[in-house]
Amino acid sequence: MTEHVVSPKIYVIILCALLLGTYLTVTAALRDFGPWNIVIALAIATTKAVLVVLFFMHAKYSPKRTQLVIACAVFWLALLLFMTMSDYFTRVDYRGIRYPVSQNFSLSLSLHS
Amino acid sequence: MHRTGELYGQFETLEQQKDTATLGMWIFLVTEVLFFGGLFLTYTVNRHNYFTAFGVGGNMLDLTLGTTNTVVLIASSFTMAMSVWSAQTDRKKLLPLFLILTLILGCGFLGIKYVEYKQKFDHHLVPGHSFDLTYRINHPSPNDNPKELEDERKEIEDAIRTEASGTPAEQLTALNAHAQLYFSLYFGMTGLHALHMIVGAGLLIWAIKESFKGRFTAAYNTPIEIVGLYWHFVDIVWIYLFALLYLINRHSV
Repeated sequence: MTEHVVSPKIYVIILCALLLGTYLTVTAALRDFGPWNIVIALAIATTKAVLVVLFFMHAKYSPKRTQLVIACAVFWLALLLFMTMSDYFTRVDYRGIRYPVSQNFSLSLSLHS
Repeated sequence: MHRTGELYGQFETLEQQKDTATLGMWIFLVTEVLFFGGLFLTYTVNRHNYFTAFGVGGNMLDLTLGTTNTVVLIASSFTMAMSVWSAQTDRKKLLPLFLILTLILGCGFLGIKYVEYKQKFDHHLVPGHSFDLTYRINHPSPNDNPKELEDERKEIEDAIRTEASGTPAEQLTALNAHAQLYFSLYFGMTGLHALHMIVGAGLLIWAIKESFKGRFTAAYNTPIEIVGLYWHFVDIVWIYLFALLYLINRHSV
């Protein structure tokens, strides 16, 4: 068995896809999509990251155990982000005011009443 | 002793030997994911808490320079991938050429980053005693676009109102405090990323030197593959930094 050599043609296609992604993400950021702006930005960034991992970093052609290690990285990162955010984003202080209190009191919801 | 790809006793084939080295690099990259992950998490929690101040901070970054840097880094990832291909296919002249191109693009990235940092120092946007969001609009330079300054003034005025009650001066102090949090994370995260770029540039210089000696062949190119993995990882970190630091909340300008 010999190692898999990815052809320059594929690298050029990925380069074009990454540049297109950069163009799209900047264009989308300058328009108002409300709460979707951040979703679009992160979706495009993740697509670009996946292309880099699969083709530039040869993950698509790597042994299964290497792919497992990559999946573990994503899983642990997801765990870190999910667990901490679910704490911070649902925190209520002793007065029943949502955390943090520094921004716009009138928007804070009293959960005690 | 120089390793040139001889088979070590614990491995059965050269391919197994290379897969093992690559796996080791990937495990290092997992720790790097979690290293940067902690910073991304800190950023997300604070962005959620102080979304207005972070929005004002993000809009003060230079989108043109940020986009240019993204393109430069993507191009450097491409030339790095081509370096790996040159090594794998035994193109001994092309390999150093692509590595040098990668190094030049990497240094270009750091140069643009320097220009951006300099701009932030000039505008008093570095966390610390002299931090002041309104410095630029109060001390405009002749080359500043008046419309841009007017938008910035309007945005800061709107943002001040979202801070907890108090006199306008107190509200501005609060906004400045929260915007400093943004710029602390901006300098921390892009600084750490730039440090990784500098390490990568060092690795590239070593690889260029060795490639001129003709050390890497189709049979033995593990170091090029591993430097490539590192370089692409640094590229991925930037892809997320660009989206999170530069792009959110742009449309409000």
